[in-house]
Amino acid sequence: MEQIEQKPLTPDTFLQGIKDCVPTLLGYISIGLAFGVVGIASGISVLEVFLLSVLVYAGSAQFIFCGLYLAGAPVTAVIVTIFIVNLRHLLMSLTIAPYFTKYSTLRNIGFGTLLTDETFGVSVVAAGKEGRLGGKWMDGLNITAYTSWIAACTVGGIIGQWLPDPEKWGLDYALVAMFVALLVLTLASIPKEKLMHYIKLIGIMIISMYGMLYFMPGHLAVLLSTMVVATIGVVLEK
Amino acid sequence: MTTSVAMVLLILGCALVTWIPRILPFILVKNMKMPKMVLRWLAYIPVCILSALVIEGFFEKEEAIVTVQWLNIMAFIPTLFVALLTKSLSKTVIAGVVTMAGLRLLLG
Repeated sequence: MEQIEQKPLTPDTFLQGIKDCVPTLLGYISIGLAFGVVGIASGISVLEVFLLSVLVYAGSAQFIFCGLYLAGAPVTAVIVTIFIVNLRHLLMSLTIAPYFTKYSTLRNIGFGTLLTDETFGVSVVAAGKEGRLGGKWMDGLNITAYTSWIAACTVGGIIGQWLPDPEKWGLDYALVAMFVALLVLTLASIPKEKLMHYIKLIGIMIISMYGMLYFMPGHLAVLLSTMVVATIGVVLEK
Repeated sequence: MTTSVAMVLLILGCALVTWIPRILPFILVKNMKMPKMVLRWLAYIPVCILSALVIEGFFEKEEAIVTVQWLNIMAFIPTLFVALLTKSLSKTVIAGVVTMAGLRLLLG
């Protein structure tokens, strides 16, 4: 006798989307607060912290924006670096978009606009389990994440005005720690047989970054090393 | 609560270049397929860029020489450990911040 296990599917409702966003909220809030504090410390105003969180809506890009602004980087360097840093969203969108082809282009633009590392993570897990994603659920997830992020960044900015020395509290390290966590989470999703290949690439990355830092500022070294090492990754692929 | 026209334009520029990669696949995926080579290359971007961003903090250029930033490496080790153990973004961030604050307090 054949038995098909029937798991109840996640209901495609806005409320369920909100509920599924909750586990990621601590991440948004702690990094958002840290961003607000770091933003103020790098010399941007609370209003600018708010504008960045509303318009750019990307933790890593916002932190890098502050770093580059503080370093007095030229406008083109800021925009090109932010573009490269967030290019990973292209790949995430490519992964998620096929689940939403039945929705209108406008709805799809909405899904894409509010895509982040975390909502991507939550929806990939859901899609992996159930083979489908619902539009209302996605909106609930996205809008909860978006509003929490804006609130956390802005509150962080206000706190930042009273915290003159965020470095002393280690808050500047929140960004690097987030990258470490995202790197580990990304590596955890890679098939075991490919893991050594990626570890080798990280080794090459250390050498590449060290060498390039002799000739260019950090943000350019990140940009160029990423393109070079990704190319090496393709070439050395079996 | 201030800003300037130049700053708003800069933020808008950054918004545009982060928006396009997010929405483009959602618009195009119905109509066309990316070349396989490009997809393979893109697959390496997340790990490469994240490791580059972490590694950037290991070094600093001082005058003519690139030196190792031992403080950052010391903070990195427990942070990586917590990330590997918990696979949690928030716990890793908290561990990193607490470690860095502790190290600065100790080494002052």
